[in-house]
Amino acid sequence: MIDAPVIEMRGISKSFPGVKALRGVSFACARGEVHALCGENGAGKSTLIKILSGVYRPDAGEVLIDGKAQHFSHPQNALLAGISVIYQEFSLLRERTVAQNLFLGREPLKNGIIDSRAMITETQRVLALFGIRHRIKPETLVADLDVASQQMVEIAKAISLNAKVIVMDEPTAALNEAECEVLFALVDRLRASGTAIVYITHRMREVTRIANRVTVIKDGEVTASFDTVPAPEVIVRAMVGRDISEYYPEPAAPAEIGKPVLTIAGGSNASLRDIDLELRAGEIVGFAGLQGAGRTALAMAIFGAAPLTAGTMTLDGKTVRLLTPRDAIRAGIGMLPGDRKASALVLMQSVRDNGMLTARSFAHALGRRNSNRFIGIEGMDGLLDQMKVRAPSYEQEMRFLSGGNQQKAIVARWLALRPKVLIFIEPTRGIDVDTKASIYHLMRDLARGGAAVMMVSSDLPEILGASDRIVVMRDGRIVGQFDRTATEAELMLAATGEAAGVAA
Amino acid sequence: MTDTPLTASKPPRFRFDRHASTILLLAAIAIYIVLVVALGQTRFLTLDNLVAILGRSITLGITAIGQTFAILVASIDLSVASVISAAAVVTSVVMNGEPSMMLPAILAVLSLGAVVGLINGLVITKLEVNPLIATLGMSLIIQGVLSYYYNNFAGAVPAEFQVFAYGSVGIVPYSLIFMFALAGLAWFVLRFTRFGSDIYSVGGNQDAARLAGIKTARVVIGAHVICSLCAAIAGIYLASRLRSGAPWIGAEGVYDLESIAVVVIGGTVLAGGRGGIWGTMAGVIIFSLIDSIFNVAGVDAFVKQVLRGIIIIAAVAFYAARSQRPVA
Repeated sequence: MIDAPVIEMRGISKSFPGVKALRGVSFACARGEVHALCGENGAGKSTLIKILSGVYRPDAGEVLIDGKAQHFSHPQNALLAGISVIYQEFSLLRERTVAQNLFLGREPLKNGIIDSRAMITETQRVLALFGIRHRIKPETLVADLDVASQQMVEIAKAISLNAKVIVMDEPTAALNEAECEVLFALVDRLRASGTAIVYITHRMREVTRIANRVTVIKDGEVTASFDTVPAPEVIVRAMVGRDISEYYPEPAAPAEIGKPVLTIAGGSNASLRDIDLELRAGEIVGFAGLQGAGRTALAMAIFGAAPLTAGTMTLDGKTVRLLTPRDAIRAGIGMLPGDRKASALVLMQSVRDNGMLTARSFAHALGRRNSNRFIGIEGMDGLLDQMKVRAPSYEQEMRFLSGGNQQKAIVARWLALRPKVLIFIEPTRGIDVDTKASIYHLMRDLARGGAAVMMVSSDLPEILGASDRIVVMRDGRIVGQFDRTATEAELMLAATGEAAGVAA
Repeated sequence: MTDTPLTASKPPRFRFDRHASTILLLAAIAIYIVLVVALGQTRFLTLDNLVAILGRSITLGITAIGQTFAILVASIDLSVASVISAAAVVTSVVMNGEPSMMLPAILAVLSLGAVVGLINGLVITKLEVNPLIATLGMSLIIQGVLSYYYNNFAGAVPAEFQVFAYGSVGIVPYSLIFMFALAGLAWFVLRFTRFGSDIYSVGGNQDAARLAGIKTARVVIGAHVICSLCAAIAGIYLASRLRSGAPWIGAEGVYDLESIAVVVIGGTVLAGGRGGIWGTMAGVIIFSLIDSIFNVAGVDAFVKQVLRGIIIIAAVAFYAARSQRPVA
């Protein structure tokens, strides 16, 4: 019934400095089928898709479309060959309208002039496929849309291309239940019309709901391939490669959880409302919620980067006002940002210099930089050893390390300051599976050492596996608290709200 | 699924940053009028005077139109002042007083501009040299070559060609009409053509533009060719006005930095992707109004320089403070 594949990738390999991202991966997708591509974060799914769409060139292997070998050197080649990709990180231009984004790079012309009317009509036609509930006006600036609507625009963009193959990279990450259903109905319709759909996800519910076939990637290799959708447990085992129990460390025993270290009462600012929170010594608290729900804003408020404007915060029982990150660090709070490259690493400096960054900033202004009150070079090397940072030498420039080793080096940076509260934002984003487990164990060790650990994550399995307690946020408020026995469904429900609407 | 309609967009709010250049322009005009009236110098309020104010900014205006393209695409061009000097010298040397050489001279200068822009664009996109450095280097090269061959006014522009700078329809000079026509053309290109749309896309997010299938290098090169062409045209105009060209006139006018300043005052973001030609024209007018205000108020030339510096910084700080996203 399933005819010859539209796309076929054979023996694809790809390396980046420090990481072998893909090893001999083969993958195919036929007309009128939804092929789910599953794998943990960092398994290599996105790299595979970027090869399919002409962003990267493979080191080895070939891409065939309708049986013919292709050599893409620019994303345009892939687009012309009928491949359209909805990327996970939005590729929308915020300062342009919805219609302009939909027709990015292929605006219809009439007498050499852009035909705005045709753009708007076509945009309305495509947006109508989502049903009337989504009243996105073609003339609206993307910057004025909420995250879910932006995701809809991304999808509309791919549909309007009439592509033979549509790749969706975790398209539901920002959508609530009702919006997901709209998307699934759309996927069904596209499949019926003969489009080949590659659907990337790690949510088993979605695989069961819409996929025809499943391929699982782990650590850059295909670990399993199914022609019919098997039971979720089978897929999960292939994704993780071992039992969950080894993957996440033991939770804290009740006796290990100590007194409150940090409390907030009635905390508010532009993005937060009425936050009441308690972080205890020895405890890992996971923060779940949608993009823009206020989790990062709360982390930034505690860290003094975007302070609270109302409410009180106490640290070790004393009221504190932390107005800058320096105040927060001095008070004993550390933060590991989600976007390491942008906000944590000095890529051109050595591993050791990166570790020393914060400690050095507390040396005397005219004093020697390594004689600060926290740590010297030997101490830092000791911490880096203790973190098992794998580098040829600590003189190596940071940019040559893998994501996991970079993250460990930043943990060492904070450990030097012996923090009371440590905030991890998306601690394992872009980190390969093996290292992920060691990051979780590291967080647990920190908690055992008496620190309060706050973990903001968009990865629900991670939230459930690594936390002792789970806080769910929505619209800048805390809307629910769960213990670690909660289910993904419960968390999603709390995160999206029972009403169909989701505000930005 | 429920039928509750979702409001997909946030309630519209007044976007200060989108109207900032208009507000600044109105403020400058208001200050000018108040000052002139307060000093009793109402002769400065005539139409003649308005035209005279605008007429002083033709070179800057034409250059800034080109600079707008470079900055919109998230690049920048520091070589415009040297291109202006080179264009003026080539114009007057090739014409050398001969009316018959007018067309060849113009063609030569435009080719010069196109080649400079092409090289700038290629160095920036293919060799991946930072635009500041690439165009600064280009500026030094042009200035060096020019100064090697010429050290004073060279050649002459025939009387027929001086009409470009001195001729007028009624009281409106041709050059002023030309500048606004050029601005109109630039607006049309940016607003209605695919190339214009590509400029905003590449400037807004180069990766997204590339993923959408836009050949981003071509767009950047195109913007630089336009930028250098505009500088070349500004040089032709300056030769016509000065009746000859000299190798220092571009640098003397500080057209490189001033063109960037008016583009930014006009609300185009230095990071690219947002802004437009009419903002730039408002920036040009604001600059000439400031000059006129200082003249009317009789401010010392050096003090004037200091005040201009303060106004540039204040204007951009004003944007940054009032808009939610960073401006420059």
